Amino acid sequence: MSQLLIDNITVEFPGRKGDFIAVESVTLDLQAGEILGVVGESGAGKSTVGNAVIGLLQKPGRMIQGEILLDGNRIDDLDENLMRALRGKRIGMIFQDPLTSLNPLETVVEQLIETIDLHLKVGAKAARKRAIDLLGQVGIDNAEVRCDQYPHQFSGGMRQRVVIALALCAEPDVIIADEPTTALDVSVQAQILDLMRGICRDRNVGMILITHDMGVIAEVTDRVAVMYHGRLVELGKTAQVLGQPKHEYTKSLISAVPRSDRRIDRFPLVTYIEDVGDMPDIDLDAHWLGQAKAYEKNDGPLLKLTDLSMRFITRHSIFPSKRQFLTAVDEVSFDIEHGEVFGIVGESGSGKSTIARMITGIYQPTGGKIEFAGTDLTALKTAKEINPWRRQMQMVFQDPFSSLNARMRVADIVAEPINFHKQAASKEECREIVNDLLEIVGLGKVAARKFPHEFSGGQRQRISIARALATRPRFLVCDEPTSALDVSIQAQVLNLLKDLQEELGLTMMFISHDLPVIRQMCDRVMVMKDGKLCEIAATEDLFNNPQHEYSRHLLDLIPKFGAS
Amino acid sequence: MERGVVADFFFRISDSDLWYSFWHTPIAVGSAALSLILIVGAGFAPFIAPFNPFDLATLDLLDSNLPPTWQVGGDPRYWLGTDDQGRDILSAVLYGSRISLLVGFASVALSLVVGVGLGLVSGYMGGRVDAIIMRIADVQLSFPAILIALLVDGVVRNIMPKEVHEELALYVIIFAIAISGWVQYARTVRSSVMAEKVKEYVQAGQVIGLGAWAIMWRHILPNILGPVFVIATLHLALAIITEATLSFLGVGLPPTTPSLGTLIRIGNEYLFSGEWWITIFPGAALVLIALSVNLFGDWLRDAINPKLL
Repeated sequence: MSQLLIDNITVEFPGRKGDFIAVESVTLDLQAGEILGVVGESGAGKSTVGNAVIGLLQKPGRMIQGEILLDGNRIDDLDENLMRALRGKRIGMIFQDPLTSLNPLETVVEQLIETIDLHLKVGAKAARKRAIDLLGQVGIDNAEVRCDQYPHQFSGGMRQRVVIALALCAEPDVIIADEPTTALDVSVQAQILDLMRGICRDRNVGMILITHDMGVIAEVTDRVAVMYHGRLVELGKTAQVLGQPKHEYTKSLISAVPRSDRRIDRFPLVTYIEDVGDMPDIDLDAHWLGQAKAYEKNDGPLLKLTDLSMRFITRHSIFPSKRQFLTAVDEVSFDIEHGEVFGIVGESGSGKSTIARMITGIYQPTGGKIEFAGTDLTALKTAKEINPWRRQMQMVFQDPFSSLNARMRVADIVAEPINFHKQAASKEECREIVNDLLEIVGLGKVAARKFPHEFSGGQRQRISIARALATRPRFLVCDEPTSALDVSIQAQVLNLLKDLQEELGLTMMFISHDLPVIRQMCDRVMVMKDGKLCEIAATEDLFNNPQHEYSRHLLDLIPKFGAS
Repeated sequence: MERGVVADFFFRISDSDLWYSFWHTPIAVGSAALSLILIVGAGFAPFIAPFNPFDLATLDLLDSNLPPTWQVGGDPRYWLGTDDQGRDILSAVLYGSRISLLVGFASVALSLVVGVGLGLVSGYMGGRVDAIIMRIADVQLSFPAILIALLVDGVVRNIMPKEVHEELALYVIIFAIAISGWVQYARTVRSSVMAEKVKEYVQAGQVIGLGAWAIMWRHILPNILGPVFVIATLHLALAIITEATLSFLGVGLPPTTPSLGTLIRIGNEYLFSGEWWITIFPGAALVLIALSVNLFGDWLRDAINPKLL
């Protein structure tokens, strides 16, 4: 008999404009000791399934059909008190963000003792001993001492270990893990996945692992369930589903995952996702946009950074000697040639976004030179001198939700840079250009009258790209442009960026923490760590023959998927 | 799907969550309706009121101190009775509310402009500018609003001759109340701006090359107006009450242009001799205005952002 059986459940969220079915007739079973992956893109209903199991559906959501059985006993109709006793004791939970799932005002051991005592009633002393044991088991060194520290004294990965220890407190039969590694860097992710794998095997605990990341699925799960728009489309052994997917959606999902083993020209056409218009028949060379190519060529690289540094003040003082700084970028020098796609890769806090923001003028560097087309931008002072250069470089940002002003229409957002830099002779011309830009990024001119909230993340990223192109730049900085997007949307947006880069002859700086994406996009790559440059190499060289120790480390950590 | 600009505007309003929440919250509808009735009544006082209390020719001392219509000795012409000068209380309340609301709206508008402007600059510029503006705000916050209003009023009263002061009293009191209220706007706006300015749409504006003013006005300001409207609504009730307090203390508006506060003060002297209506009806009008505006403001706060304030 299966340990947990989710039998034909349907969850709906009643709303102002009709009821929304988040999960429709989903049936899953979980055996003891196995890890069942639930994978899907945003809005697939995978987290809702997890919440339904632990009885924490967000109001006013409700289960209108089906039942959930734990060891053969129905648990979905229990009242709140019984359910609370069950949660933590028989069903453990691990959430995405270890920062918010721990109480910052209590030491780690206090939180563990509270949970242990609540469910096992063993007394304070025994509970403390057990807490320390558990911390040791989840890989926290020196648990005796560290357990009396507060959550903020632990790193992200260590915090997630504490959360796992919390989930294990009362020896649960089943653990629900909702995106447990999404907030972590790759190197930490690998360790946490390893730990979870070990726990399930050793303790014979079943785990439902909810994630959007195919790499995570490939790494640790035994079986995988693929969800799409609230429905279960495929369920089977992980190797089989990933190797020979049956359902069309699974196929497109897998083909959209960037490969780390070799470079392909374009992502295969992914079906089964939101429709976007094809690139229209606009002769870009003759078009307004194509005139970007007419920039004067300078000798030497387009962009040359020399000893660029950035320090942020972390402690203010009127006495210079007492000020404290964080060095985000430490004397980094590199060149970007005309027409190349230059990648920067590194973990969070490595300073890659700071470099982008210094180049585009959001931050003033504290040291070093930025030469663009032979002109030292750091020497220019007035807006009048700088603005012609600003126009030549634009940026696509990471977060599709905050990078567009929610109070402006799309047409106004895209028109603003055109008007500011006086790129159009008349209002009519400006409107035409905006419409063309929206066509080129695949949205169509109907998008112009709408507001950003009417679009999905991928569509907003397209608006962002249209806005960046609206000054007719020759240098485009993309700061993690797809890391907030679902993998199939990511493939589309990356294809679009590639098309535009080639047709407009753009020079591009592409920042990402995701090595497979870098491999697909870039000609040369720079690896950064803690604000310092580790290695610059041609992409293929880096992947085949990394020189720096840290580069090798990063490459080792890529979840092996798609090698089949 | 194509709609005209105007039709589109109305569609967006009628389709918004705020509109939906409004029509599904009885208190919001009730308080909005009551506020509207009071505001329209006060605004159109010259057309609605049965008498003009300022027209001395129509006053008749024989009609003084008449009780409301339904009481023994009441006169059917004077629904809510008359005061010691023979003025109709209902008309006086309507005209008084007009002045109270005028002072309220004007001082709210003035503090809003000053507070939002300073808050924007303070939050966006940061550094020394921010420090100076916020220290001024801190100093001002350490005095109660009513004290600042009294101070401004007292200073003006002393440096100007009496006739000029009477004429200017309305503007002085608007200024006094506005000055005591700007800090709240400035602080709220400043904190919202600090949250907004690190968002990527603001950085996108910087990458385009837009100047600080363009970013502040066109990008940040429209995104932080929600809390400002909430504060403005709640501040309106407060401003009306502050004005009434000042007038009640005798440092506000002169009896020649009586506001609700002035009427309450005048009537207060007769309270214990049995003519309760002279002070109770203006008082009730004040309570109704303040209550309905406050209830509406409370709903607006919850509807826009439950975590705010």
